[in-house]
Amino acid sequence: MENLGRLGFSEEQADLLEVATNFCRDKSPIDKVRKLIESDSGFNPEVWKDIVGLGWLRIAIPEEYGGVGLSLGEAAPVMEQLGRFMLASPFLSTTLAAQAVLAGGTEEQKQHLLPKIVEGAIATLALTEDSGDWDLSQISARAEKDGDEIVLSGKKLFVCDAVSAHWFIVSVSMDHKPALVLVDRKQLPEGALRRETIIDETKRSYALTLDGIRVNVSAMFDPHKVRSALSHIHLTANLLAAAEMVGATQAVIDYTIDYLTTRKQFGRLIGSYQALKHPTVDAFMGYEQARSHLYSAAHCFNEQGTGEVATRMAKAEADKALSYAADRSIQFHGGFGFTYDCDAQLYRRRAIWHASQFGDAAYHRKKLAELLL
Amino acid sequence: MTAVDPKELREFSQGADAWFRDNVPADPGFMLPLTFMEVGTDQQFNFLRDWQCKVWEAGYLGAAWPKDYGGGGLDQSFQKAATEAMRRHNAPIMLNAIGLNWTGPLLLDMGSEEQKQNYIKRILSAEDVWCQGFSEPENGSDLGNAQLRAVRDGDDYVLNGSKIWTTHGSYAKHMILLARTNFDAPNKYAGLSFFLAPMDAAGIETTPIRKLTGEFGFTQTFFTDARIPADCLMGEEGQGWLIAMRTLEYERGARGGQAGGYVITPLDAFSILELAKKAQRDGAPVMDDPVMRDRLVEFLIEAQGLKLCQERGRIAPLNTDRPMALSLTGKLMWTEFARRLNEFAITLLGAKGGYYVGDESAVDDGLWTRGYLNAFSATIGGGTSEIQRNIIGQHVLGLPKK
Repeated sequence: MENLGRLGFSEEQADLLEVATNFCRDKSPIDKVRKLIESDSGFNPEVWKDIVGLGWLRIAIPEEYGGVGLSLGEAAPVMEQLGRFMLASPFLSTTLAAQAVLAGGTEEQKQHLLPKIVEGAIATLALTEDSGDWDLSQISARAEKDGDEIVLSGKKLFVCDAVSAHWFIVSVSMDHKPALVLVDRKQLPEGALRRETIIDETKRSYALTLDGIRVNVSAMFDPHKVRSALSHIHLTANLLAAAEMVGATQAVIDYTIDYLTTRKQFGRLIGSYQALKHPTVDAFMGYEQARSHLYSAAHCFNEQGTGEVATRMAKAEADKALSYAADRSIQFHGGFGFTYDCDAQLYRRRAIWHASQFGDAAYHRKKLAELLL
Repeated sequence: MTAVDPKELREFSQGADAWFRDNVPADPGFMLPLTFMEVGTDQQFNFLRDWQCKVWEAGYLGAAWPKDYGGGGLDQSFQKAATEAMRRHNAPIMLNAIGLNWTGPLLLDMGSEEQKQNYIKRILSAEDVWCQGFSEPENGSDLGNAQLRAVRDGDDYVLNGSKIWTTHGSYAKHMILLARTNFDAPNKYAGLSFFLAPMDAAGIETTPIRKLTGEFGFTQTFFTDARIPADCLMGEEGQGWLIAMRTLEYERGARGGQAGGYVITPLDAFSILELAKKAQRDGAPVMDDPVMRDRLVEFLIEAQGLKLCQERGRIAPLNTDRPMALSLTGKLMWTEFARRLNEFAITLLGAKGGYYVGDESAVDDGLWTRGYLNAFSATIGGGTSEIQRNIIGQHVLGLPKK
């Protein structure tokens, strides 16, 4: 088993973990999370400015483009704490888009976008389609050459934070091969975006109709790097999702413990009953293992082979841990657990959302079977 | 602790590797115990005692214990390297588990100078094998309710009562013993005291208990007006619970300082891959079955997760919220994993899962069925998994006891 990862933790990660914990706790108490659910953009622009100011978008971008040139794994503690406090922001979408540009964009595209992204310009990915297939190379949206221009057609789903984004990185099929195209917000026709109703109400997602979009051929990503870029995007998305889920798992366990140590029935605190205590311990051990997997994936993300195994394990375990902890949290809150006011639903919805995007636990285990058996 | 010289450590490690390569004994021709809890015959006992002594004499056991008491006086990293070498060469287990892993560190931590001088070196050499007298027939999980009576009479204590599940009971020279010295204490814990009792005292008798595997390995131990010298008391009267709890922290691996080596044959989760590769269903390899593949991957993920939890336990900034969590959950996570893994391995054997130790056709000499049944020793002993969940719930998560 030479492709199994180890665990390490850098000083940069330790610093980021501490800063992110304090920042997110301060900026994102649960009443603010709930208030933002009602807003259009889904996030607070002032907090986004703060995040930009903290330099979190610079972490995994090379110095030549205005970043600090660390590994993407260094962003894991940030994403974990954003998830723990459910701090809504376009950080995940924009980080993913930036990684896509790095992995598959042309030099001109990198120079054009990345210095603006580190200053807070929002970008996002448009990859998923009506088939719901997690294999990002299964594409039916099309691109056809027309002189110096490319004409797009078809439809993309689950385009996160689209209403706030300056740029879209869109996957299309061109000459029967996957291609990636950079689309500027100004190039979208009226009505191209439709807000989707999604399970996780703290997030924003849109359907994007490509019909009528024309871009210059220079908007194409490097055709030789498309396949590797798509697999890099897939793994990056899963690493970041795992981090967000691990943070949420800690939060929902703490939330459950709060209730178990204050609610009384039959004259006893309900946390004293083993029927509730023992599954809570099981949820906690699931969290501990998921967190260990996460930081291993963050540590060896850039290692060929090892990084993929560790990342898939991390996502599979994060899905399992958060789903179980949040499911039990609803149950253990009894009647209150069934209400909208109980926060347990926020975490359960978050788990369903991330399981639905870029592969759930069973999907990643299937991929791991191919890699390990 | 002074800084470790990497060159010195490397040389030590290479030395250990070569030594175990050359000295790990060949198949003795009889079944060796997988864990210290399965030593059921004199033949097994003598073999393992000699082996432990040899390892200690070579400097690969107790390497990090103080030189004054027979240790090597080296940094912990040296013992770790020696243990890794042991594992690489599939060396037999260390016999004197209760001495090496819980009595020894307890004495080094809380014992008197005289106790350290008397006992530590003989624990390392396996000259003195130790056993533990905690559980009683009527008080298992409720350890604090132990009733074995110890009454002071002149220069002696007089013991009456019984202990059970005494691993190495029929071989041990000494017992760490939890007994009740005060029946009028304000609570059940305050009446307990801790003794380092000689097993050869008149009035102490052991009866072997046969385990679910059919093997022997522990005893019930009866105390009938048994007299032990008063200086066998460790600490003061009434401190028994405190010392017993500290002992359990060593036993469960929540506290470090053990002599090193392993007392349970390390579980190699990846060895079930080899088993799976050989397994067949309906004329096709099991490895082609998507359901079995998924289950295998689940075990591999869990094995890796447990290993990573050990690594993460050493990284302080990743343990800020509940610092004791990883050390207190380790026993529960590992022992339950081992039980389920062995159980799964049996299913991979197909019809041959029906064989047991002793049949010439049994796969791996019946290792997996025996391993599964023996796995309960760890999910029950040292505090059952259910008690572990109480402890974690209360001491790590802050859930109420009542």
